Amino acid sequence: MALQDLCGFKDSFLNSRWNFPASHRMAQEDTSMLFGKRTRDISSRGLSWSNSESPLHLYIPAAEYLSESPIQFGQINPNTAPYHITPLHQDSTLPFLSFPPGFPPSSSPSVPLPFPMSHGTTTLAFMFQGGVIAAADTRSSCNGLVACPASQKILPVHSHLVGTTSGTSADCALWKRILARELRLYQLRHGRRLSTAGAAKLLAHMLHPFKGTELCVAATLCGWDGGEVETCPLDRLYYVCSDGTRLQGALFSVGSGSPYAYSVLDGGVRWGLTVEEAISLAREAVYRATHRDAYSGNCVDVYHITSHGWTRRDREELREERLWRKVGQNLVLNLHLSCFL
Amino acid sequence: MEYLIGIQGQDFVLVAADNVAAHSIVKMKQDQDKMFKLSDKILLLCVGEAGDTVQFAEYIQKNIQLYKMRNGYELSPTAAANFTRKNLADYLRSRTPYHVNLLLAGFDETDGPGLYYMDHLSALAKAPFAAHGHGAYLTLSILDRYYRPDLTRDEAVDLLKKCIEELNHRFILNLPSFSVRLIDKDGTHDLEKLIPVGSK
Repeated sequence: MALQDLCGFKDSFLNSRWNFPASHRMAQEDTSMLFGKRTRDISSRGLSWSNSESPLHLYIPAAEYLSESPIQFGQINPNTAPYHITPLHQDSTLPFLSFPPGFPPSSSPSVPLPFPMSHGTTTLAFMFQGGVIAAADTRSSCNGLVACPASQKILPVHSHLVGTTSGTSADCALWKRILARELRLYQLRHGRRLSTAGAAKLLAHMLHPFKGTELCVAATLCGWDGGEVETCPLDRLYYVCSDGTRLQGALFSVGSGSPYAYSVLDGGVRWGLTVEEAISLAREAVYRATHRDAYSGNCVDVYHITSHGWTRRDREELREERLWRKVGQNLVLNLHLSCFL
Repeated sequence: MEYLIGIQGQDFVLVAADNVAAHSIVKMKQDQDKMFKLSDKILLLCVGEAGDTVQFAEYIQKNIQLYKMRNGYELSPTAAANFTRKNLADYLRSRTPYHVNLLLAGFDETDGPGLYYMDHLSALAKAPFAAHGHGAYLTLSILDRYYRPDLTRDEAVDLLKKCIEELNHRFILNLPSFSVRLIDKDGTHDLEKLIPVGSK
């Protein structure tokens, strides 16, 4: 029980605020209104917050962690524990999430946006017999210019959960980290990993108070629950959006390039695909979307999630792909011509 | 873009909802269930703004279940409808109103079947038949014309099919399938999904 004492665990059943309207819950000193205006009593779901009123306290990783490539962390390593975000700093208390009064901000922004933000990306994910495939391009755009041609849009959350990100990169990166932290806390408290469905619900509820603000996160969570044997129903792919949407499905594509990707995927995705076919289909869909969509491009990342965890394919440049295909086309054309001559 | 419909009979309530979850021009999900089970004999059908629907409906659902846990008996459909409306009204003038349109259908032991229409301005009306969405403009007059209070179950399903065929014929958006459920004294029954055949 020491862990719970440290977290200031409160008995959720005594909290009688469930049926009270939002207007009565503006009391700032009580941090159980953690998630802003519309509090759901989430402490019954295993999350608990201390009563301290210090401002938002984010965990700063140790220097050793920073030297490790972020792409490598979480990758399957049979020697280490199934879940390894970071070793805790010995002098840090367990981080807790408590907002100062007036946070999150109200719906109407006081500071205007410097430029219009949109989901300039192509990400996709689908389920098949061999697990879940997640793919995304790597172009970060900023109002017409390419801010980064080699960004990472698929972020691992833990060894068996990967999330694609779309929307504002900073928001997505931050909320993925917060989600990773909450899942780790859940695992420590309850001794088991939270399912993908639970993680999606958790993320959706965390994002809900920010609805109406400029926060923009559209993620698909791809995970594997249970062990080798498929104990749970095929509940591995969820789409979560900062406007509050949470959908379970077998195929999702998000971003400005998603219609192009959908048309390729709808023609090819079947349950019985082999792993190679699925990967090549995912690459093809991203390739076609990057061809047509200005805000998608550069490279493609493909992740494959199975019962053993996630594996990452090496990043591939699509420009070279285009070149090869063109060369291939020309070769075929020349062959045809030479046949007729 | 979404569609809900409810028809109350002598001793049952028939409800249907479309199955599309859309984001701008793309159908993200084609088998979305928009009905939330509040108790054995009460269903809440919820459409509206993307995240608000599920959040609000689940909030009501869990609170109804909590009431049952605390007090040992379930809320009647009338009480549940009024509770839902009260929550909508309380949030209406806050900074974060819920933009949702609802139908609540239930069967009470003493009062019989009931269909309650609620909208995002927290209006509440008990009605013999009701519909939400753009499709309602096209189908309410069909319901006006053919509805009788003493409809049998089959007649009610036929009336529902008439409405859906009209939608298929005239509504600009394609709604490929509809979930249908029926509530009577024995509880909630799932009827087979209605899939309108290609347009006339």
